[in-house]
Amino acid sequence: MRTPLSPLRLFEPRSLRDALRLLADEGPLVPLAGCTDVYVSLNAGAPPGTRFLNLWALDELRRIEVRGSTLMIGALATYTQLARSKPVQARLPMLAAAAREIGGIQIQNRGTIGGNIGTGSPAGDSLPVLAAAAAVVVLQNARGRRQVPFNRFYTGYRASVRRPDELIVAVEVPAVDGRQWFRKVGTRAAQAISKVVMAGVRADRPRVALGSVAPTVIRATRTEAVLAETGDVAEARRALMTEIAPIDDLRSTAAYRRRVAGNLLERFWADTGIADRRSPIAD
Amino acid sequence: MTAPRALRIVGKSVPRKDGLAKVTGLAAYIDDLTYPGLLYGTTIRSTIPCGEIASIHLDFDTTGFTIVDVRDIPGRNVVALIDDDQPCLVEREVRHYAEPILLLAHEDRERLLEARAKTRIEYRPATPVFDPERSPKVFKRLAIDKGSLDEGFALADVVVEGEYRVPHQEQLYIEPNGMLAIPAENGVTVHGSLQCPYYVQRALRVVLGLPAHRVRVVQVETGGGFGGKEEYPSMLACHAALLALKARRPVKMVYDRIEDLEATTKRHPGVIRHRTGVTRDGRLAAMDIDVLLDGGAYATLSAVVLSRGVLHATGPYRCDHVRVRGRVVMTHTPPNGAFRGFGAPQTQFAVEVQMDRIAETLGLDPVTLRERNALRAGDTTATGQRLGRDTSALRVLREAVRRTDFRRRRRALAGTNRGLGLSLFFHGAGFTGAGEVKLASKATLELVERGVRVRVASAEIGQGSRTVHAQIVAETLGLPYDAVEIAQADTDQVPDSGPTVASRTAMVVGGLLQRCAAEMKTRLAGLTPRQYLKAHGPLSVTKEYRKPPEIEWDEEAYRGDAYGTYGWACDVAEVELDPDTCEVRPVRVTAVAELGRVLHPVMARGQIEGGTLQAVGYALVEQVVMRDGRMANAQLANYLIPTTRDTPAIDVVLLERPYRHGPFGAKGVGELPMDGPAPAIANALRHLGFDVREIPATPERLMELTRKGKGL
Repeated sequence: MRTPLSPLRLFEPRSLRDALRLLADEGPLVPLAGCTDVYVSLNAGAPPGTRFLNLWALDELRRIEVRGSTLMIGALATYTQLARSKPVQARLPMLAAAAREIGGIQIQNRGTIGGNIGTGSPAGDSLPVLAAAAAVVVLQNARGRRQVPFNRFYTGYRASVRRPDELIVAVEVPAVDGRQWFRKVGTRAAQAISKVVMAGVRADRPRVALGSVAPTVIRATRTEAVLAETGDVAEARRALMTEIAPIDDLRSTAAYRRRVAGNLLERFWADTGIADRRSPIAD
Repeated sequence: MTAPRALRIVGKSVPRKDGLAKVTGLAAYIDDLTYPGLLYGTTIRSTIPCGEIASIHLDFDTTGFTIVDVRDIPGRNVVALIDDDQPCLVEREVRHYAEPILLLAHEDRERLLEARAKTRIEYRPATPVFDPERSPKVFKRLAIDKGSLDEGFALADVVVEGEYRVPHQEQLYIEPNGMLAIPAENGVTVHGSLQCPYYVQRALRVVLGLPAHRVRVVQVETGGGFGGKEEYPSMLACHAALLALKARRPVKMVYDRIEDLEATTKRHPGVIRHRTGVTRDGRLAAMDIDVLLDGGAYATLSAVVLSRGVLHATGPYRCDHVRVRGRVVMTHTPPNGAFRGFGAPQTQFAVEVQMDRIAETLGLDPVTLRERNALRAGDTTATGQRLGRDTSALRVLREAVRRTDFRRRRRALAGTNRGLGLSLFFHGAGFTGAGEVKLASKATLELVERGVRVRVASAEIGQGSRTVHAQIVAETLGLPYDAVEIAQADTDQVPDSGPTVASRTAMVVGGLLQRCAAEMKTRLAGLTPRQYLKAHGPLSVTKEYRKPPEIEWDEEAYRGDAYGTYGWACDVAEVELDPDTCEVRPVRVTAVAELGRVLHPVMARGQIEGGTLQAVGYALVEQVVMRDGRMANAQLANYLIPTTRDTPAIDVVLLERPYRHGPFGAKGVGELPMDGPAPAIANALRHLGFDVREIPATPERLMELTRKGKGL
């Protein structure tokens, strides 16, 4: 059942300072960026709150730039911006790839990276990329800023260390060495929520992160350790099975997700290795 | 009738009658309409699948609201259709989730949403039945018998058995259901998004207790139907009318997508079992088929869906010894109903997968098995219908095989991650034999200054009915296409031409119009419309359906000419499997169809492309997740259909073999393309090693087959 809108309240700050002051004085407020999630929940009659803070006008949060060896991405950078950005394509091609696979064109024009982080869905398509890239989330409130490593940002299902008076203002991505890899598995070729999503970096210390296989996006650190120490992907696959905890839901099954996660790990390893040969389905 | 004289308009892709208004945005749909004093209506629905209402609480200030319950129904509390078993509003007993209980109207939509949230209903729940195999109630049983099964199986060298499962499917017309009711003096006018104006009128008459002339139903521009606006609009029209009559103000009700998905009809799920006796050289000796359909909570159109299902259950094959048993049963889920194909996609999925399994068992290739058994002119169907010269099963099969180089391509793909499969199928055009007689449809053609006006109850729902009707009339009369105008489907303005369903609008209603036009041409005797009107005054011609004398159908015995004619088609599907994920990409579908006469090539191709894609969704993607009788994924974010990026290349080949009773030889085209792609894709997956007997063939199911050793 659609949510009646008249009891809802919307605050519309013109600047980041305004926004932070409103959060401090009028909070708690639900921050809104592209609204691509909140509209779905309003239509379904299950909105995340009744008081909202519309950040869309805050152009200062839209920049993508390189500072030294760090890629700085403003929280309101849209997927369209990310997919088209030269620095993102050059430094973080797996993020450009993820951005191109999210929703459809309209969603990519509205949806933002800060929104994806803030919503914190375990199926968020950009999140495994940020995990594998060891990104840092920049949080700000009226009193100042703090930085939280992305891999310590979430505390549980859709729960994070962000305090009610803080906004996600940016994400900082240090230089990533090695070959990057990304794959999303959805129900159809576009406009689908992930059943499994994985990002990987092939380097001396490989990195593997997955979405839709646990209550939050995860870095598969034990799997990474096996890959780093032995390079034995079959053993790494066994390690991965101990690190993920997928469930049956509307979109897929736990059993399917486990097998696909394992297959994707092998595919990542084969694709980014020297010999690029296809492997059969492994059980 | 089909003399090779050059046709000017029929067979040409003329501009659509509805095209300009639709592409410019001028076309007004139900939600675009408004009236002074308009109220918005909403429906309070059950939140349990089975039980009784204990109490209703309106925890809001009801001032300014119009509230309707079962006591406000002046006539009978039933949505009149076939069995008249579905109430318009629940009195006490709830039989499915999202069943309408109470109606509210208010001028402010926001207030309405708030009131909905503050309406509480308490229930005494009972134990629901969701498994059709355990249903306590059979809505309808049907039986077809030909020859003797014992004799047939005695002739067989091999017996192949199989059980096949098909799911719910949502029509997903782009425009949800919507109606607007306006109180009139001693009656009511209802405008709506619908396929069958006279079905809606009849339902309103029964609920409101009004005579026909006090109930006017007007079809407004309709954003798709696919069968989903065949029966449900009757329910919604009654709701809007009840509110409007009580409020004495116009009331509009337009469902949002979630409500439309949760409450309205879907394709019947089913379980179809085959036991087939075959000789070693691949001839069908005996076919024993059992069809079980899940009708949902009320009978609605289930009996007719079952009828079409059993009549297509053998596929387009000759067999002397056939037994088909069909039943459609009650479960505590929202009623299932009409959807393009209407029972035939379900049963032809089963028989076409069964045919590939027979071929596999015998070590024959799927083409050879079908060639040996395909119906030819002069053969009889399971009901004993002797087929005419427009029987094209072999022709479409051979053309599809030739065009795709099927056998060689199939060998070439062996061992790769691509598979190739085919399906051969047919679809009866129009209502069943007796159905068209009972309908006794009428069409009217009226002379106007610039030409003629078509008056029919056929609803343009995007399929192009206005355009083909105008083509048929203009061609017959020798007038320009632009000289034909089409009256709105308004029960005050048009006769009852029957419902816009069953692939009958071009063939049956178009046929009536051709007869109207032929008579009008004689009456004009060479005068222009303007000259005639000046000399003789108004002229209008009405024709009623006339059964071709050779069509005989025995409804009791289920014997005879089930349909006037059939469309024939063969699909070849090539699919590609991702071995990591078991995702299936349909690469290409070649669809060869024989449609009698192609009236409008662009639209005929469009029907086949659209139907094919809808069936690709049925085969691979679309999944209604039912939990406790409720559609758990009633959102477009979770009920997914193929997008353009999931669409295979579709190669359409149109063949013609005119049907002598169709206008210019035309047969029906709308539903045929829905029947074939699912089995063709399942058979392509079989070629890849997957023993697919249930759709959708999701990656999860294929992965499971792999694990059991029945896949790659």
